[in-house]
Amino acid sequence: MLEIRWHGRGGQGAVTSVELFALAAIAEGKFATGFPSFGTERRGAPVTGFDRVDDKQIKIRSGIYHPDVVVVLDESLVGLVDVAEGLKPGGILLVNTTKSLEDLKKVIRYEGKIATVDASGIAWKELGVPITNTTMLGALVKLTGIVKFESLEEPIKERFGRIAAKNFAAAKSAYEQVKFIN
Amino acid sequence: MGKRVGMEVAIASAEAAALCKFDVASVYPITPQSHVAEHLSDIVADGRVDASFITVESEHSALSSAMGASATGARVVTATSSQGLLFMSEVMPITSAMRLPIVMIIANRAVSGPINIWNDHSDIMPMRDTGWISFFADNGQEVVDMVIQAFKVGEDRRVMLPVNVNMDGFQLTHVVEPIIMPDQEEVDKFLPPYKPFAALHPDNCVSMGTLGMPEFFTEAQKSKNVALVNSIKVVREVWKEWETQFGRKYEPIQSYRTEDAEVALVTMGSMGETAEIAVDELRMQGVKAGLLKIKLWRPFPFDDLKKAIKGIKVLAVTDRACSFGGPGGPVFSEIRSALYDVPKKPKVVNYLIGLGGRDVQVENFMDMVRRAAKGKLSEPYEFYGVRG
Amino acid sequence: MTEKKGPETWQEINPGCMVFRKGSAADYHTGSWRAKRPLWENEKCIKCGVCYIYCPEGCITETADGFFEANLDYCKGCGICAHECWPKAIAMVNEEG
Repeated sequence: MLEIRWHGRGGQGAVTSVELFALAAIAEGKFATGFPSFGTERRGAPVTGFDRVDDKQIKIRSGIYHPDVVVVLDESLVGLVDVAEGLKPGGILLVNTTKSLEDLKKVIRYEGKIATVDASGIAWKELGVPITNTTMLGALVKLTGIVKFESLEEPIKERFGRIAAKNFAAAKSAYEQVKFIN
Repeated sequence: MGKRVGMEVAIASAEAAALCKFDVASVYPITPQSHVAEHLSDIVADGRVDASFITVESEHSALSSAMGASATGARVVTATSSQGLLFMSEVMPITSAMRLPIVMIIANRAVSGPINIWNDHSDIMPMRDTGWISFFADNGQEVVDMVIQAFKVGEDRRVMLPVNVNMDGFQLTHVVEPIIMPDQEEVDKFLPPYKPFAALHPDNCVSMGTLGMPEFFTEAQKSKNVALVNSIKVVREVWKEWETQFGRKYEPIQSYRTEDAEVALVTMGSMGETAEIAVDELRMQGVKAGLLKIKLWRPFPFDDLKKAIKGIKVLAVTDRACSFGGPGGPVFSEIRSALYDVPKKPKVVNYLIGLGGRDVQVENFMDMVRRAAKGKLSEPYEFYGVRG
Repeated sequence: MTEKKGPETWQEINPGCMVFRKGSAADYHTGSWRAKRPLWENEKCIKCGVCYIYCPEGCITETADGFFEANLDYCKGCGICAHECWPKAIAMVNEEG
């Protein structure tokens, strides 16, 4: 079973990423549960979301404390929130940033693999807004390989209608550009 | 055949009601039920069901107008949580007394105070005595199935009682998970249109909601209690029919690995699935652990309980609510009472867990079983994991 | 008040305590304790219907020739009809005996 934690800010579509990822996995016949950090969040407040994906029924309903992957949608959260908390040593930390490994290590304490992608840049270009949820989905799918990239297409189309194509393009760019920096 | 989809459970519950072609939805939103209210409203606005949505100003009005609609012979759905349920509580016993088969979807949430919007069972527990049938769902699939089953059970002429379907707020309502949504044809086959026993109409003469003088009140209450107690037969029938048609089995108490269990956990609601993992882990470590998951809370499944506990030495009953100043958690005290006259019965202990959305983890369940097995409890019940 | 036979056993109570008998409230003759009763003087009556409208019991009805009378099974003798009557065509008279 793969456990993922997302970090975003309220109103930036973190919950949507969580849902789309779960929907893509379910569409492939897998089992997935996607849930936000439950509660009341104002716009801009740090929020977290979670996904579990497995090939068999997921029975566990408690919170995720030791994710395999952490995705950070908003660079400003790094340093503000301990984004690497509980992340498994053999896991992956994916950050939306253009910072170098050196700069990131100043604010993140994580010895495992770190990957970055300029999701904000891609989102500005493809979508015209700095909302990085669909962009980061592409990067996540590339890194984990747990869900096929094509499986994102239907959920994105259903959710975004007219602007689905742009979102899918953003996801594709991130899929191609994401790289490990260590 | 049904379609496997990924769906948020709250949305799925509204979709299940839509499959039942409700006539009236009378709902007031409250976190974490709000997606149910919103989606029911969307369903009606989009004309997907030929129904009316009554935009009431409070939960008290929601249930009152739901009752009025049901009294005219409409199939009615409503939904609420926590304070909303308490606000409509004065109408709850009237609904069952008037034998109106309304279906209520409850997103279980802690009752204030302090103010808490997260999941526990303190909202439904005060409703124990109101004469409603109560189902508890473990996951999204069960929520959908139970909503549909609820209409069938409640509307059966041998029952004619309102039914509430309980799903854990946030823990279930806000989770996207795989659910097999039945087809409209399948549901139409399972659930026929509602034929009320009596309905208010200018052409029919009937008085409903009448006065009950002391000379008749006891008899009226016995009549209602008998209906509720006997409804378990109909619940079993409906669940058997569901299994035949849809292939998914439901029992008032579902046993998990209890064949040779010495210590068994008892749960209600979604934490039961986490408990299954704990039982598996314990078994791998050689502990003879088992689990009883209660799905039918009212009418209380006395016979199923007595069968399920055979051979078990210790029952660790978990409650997500406290009966303050009383004997402990509600499920615990009802189980103890139900087993009082049973000669060979297990020791019954109680852990209050998951209050106000406190996370319930596999390790917690494992710890409970180990301690229960050692008889390590200083009082009959404890607030599990309380600091201090 | 007439004697009412209700259900004896719990099995006889209708589900929901529903009552199917039409107009069962009519069994209660609320006029049996009346002290005064209304008496119409039809010569003065202008057939306006105000007494019919104001009667709180709803027991005043129009006769075949357009005048009004109270159903004495239900009339409690409150006197509102006499009070409201414009041409003072209604007198409240003592009950006999």
